[in-house]
Amino acid sequence: MSGHDHDHHHHDHAHGHGHDHEHPRLSDLQLRVKALESLLVEKGLVDPAALDVFVDTYETKVGPRNGAAVVAKAWTDPAFKKQLLEDPSTTIKSFGFEGRQGEHMVVVENTETVHNLVVCTLCSCYPWPVLGLPPVWYKSAPYRSRAVSDPRGVLADFGTRLPDDVEIRVWDSTAEMRYLVLPARPTGTEGLSEADLADIVTRNSMIGVETVQYPPRREAAQ
Amino acid sequence: MNGAHDMGGMHGFGPVEDEPVVPVFHGDWEKKAFALTLACGGLGQWSIDEARYARERQPPAQYLDNTYYEQWLHGVEAMLVEKGLITAGELESGKAAGPGRVPALPADRVFKALQQGSPYIREVENAPLFALGDRVRVKNFHPTGHTRAPRYVRGHVGTIVLYHGAHVFADTSATGDHKTAHHLYNVAFEADELWGPDSQGGAVHADLWEPYLVPA
Repeated sequence: MSGHDHDHHHHDHAHGHGHDHEHPRLSDLQLRVKALESLLVEKGLVDPAALDVFVDTYETKVGPRNGAAVVAKAWTDPAFKKQLLEDPSTTIKSFGFEGRQGEHMVVVENTETVHNLVVCTLCSCYPWPVLGLPPVWYKSAPYRSRAVSDPRGVLADFGTRLPDDVEIRVWDSTAEMRYLVLPARPTGTEGLSEADLADIVTRNSMIGVETVQYPPRREAAQ
Repeated sequence: MNGAHDMGGMHGFGPVEDEPVVPVFHGDWEKKAFALTLACGGLGQWSIDEARYARERQPPAQYLDNTYYEQWLHGVEAMLVEKGLITAGELESGKAAGPGRVPALPADRVFKALQQGSPYIREVENAPLFALGDRVRVKNFHPTGHTRAPRYVRGHVGTIVLYHGAHVFADTSATGDHKTAHHLYNVAFEADELWGPDSQGGAVHADLWEPYLVPA
């Protein structure tokens, strides 16, 4: 991965565009992080093995497949769905999805008449236990600035067009409450199993920038 | 503070660019910046609000020019120095002048630490001032310290739609007081209230602590 660092770096830029200064800056950043790590390890403030555990947890264990499992169960089990909407933190915890950045959960349901969209205008708050770490665009200035003032425009950036009479609700994560969108179950999926349903639930649909498509428009994320 | 981080309603940043194939990290330095931030947070020397305030206090031009994990890297360096865990000289030189004053979070305790998280709900003695359905106005205030009342809701009227219990108050938590808690509500604002009669938007919901609010 490190050999490709500079090829990917521009994707994570707040502006979303490449800049001439990026290559020297990237090598500066690599050195700066390396120096900080070795200082902290030398001082006994950081266990190097702990760093690997943090990275591995969010690269391979905790991600949007967690949220998709919750959504698929809610689509197939009305009693579970009721519980999920009424007591989201406890209900999600029953899957083992809990803890950091998901301590206090709210689940908001998309229907034929209401569409919910989640943002954090002030930083990057996101429900880690069910969705993993946020994608770059979620943390970017274009999304954080416009989701609250121009949600239909933001949805259009994702190719999502909703009827004019659908009410849009935007949830700005300004405290330690974390929001998960329960997308609407698409028609034509009546015969699918819970596991097959989970496979069509995309990360973006659980943030609210897409609806769930069937057949899927693309592979569900991770 | 009215910093560059408070982006709701700003113009000019262009379209949102989706990334269909999403690597969790773009390069090893991001992994390290992420993991170092969590490992240092695990030392228990500061709250998430203090870390956010450290990122927000960067000069606006620097904040806007940074990539995401540069914000984190700046934040963790600032917190380590401010809390006296490392000196500015050590940060500059990369060489330890002495051992750290607290023990590292060991690898075998990471899972438990993540699983526990940092719940913010607290018991408070006073009853909530507002009930569901109440109309409230966000105060017109401009603190130079940390706040989680975004500029775009200040001075505006909304409706209380959820009550979340009392939560640790971000504004004081960012100063190192991790105990003070206030009632926390979800307030819904109509689009035309926030953005004017030509708005094409939807209702915006924000979680706001009681000290931000007055009856409308």
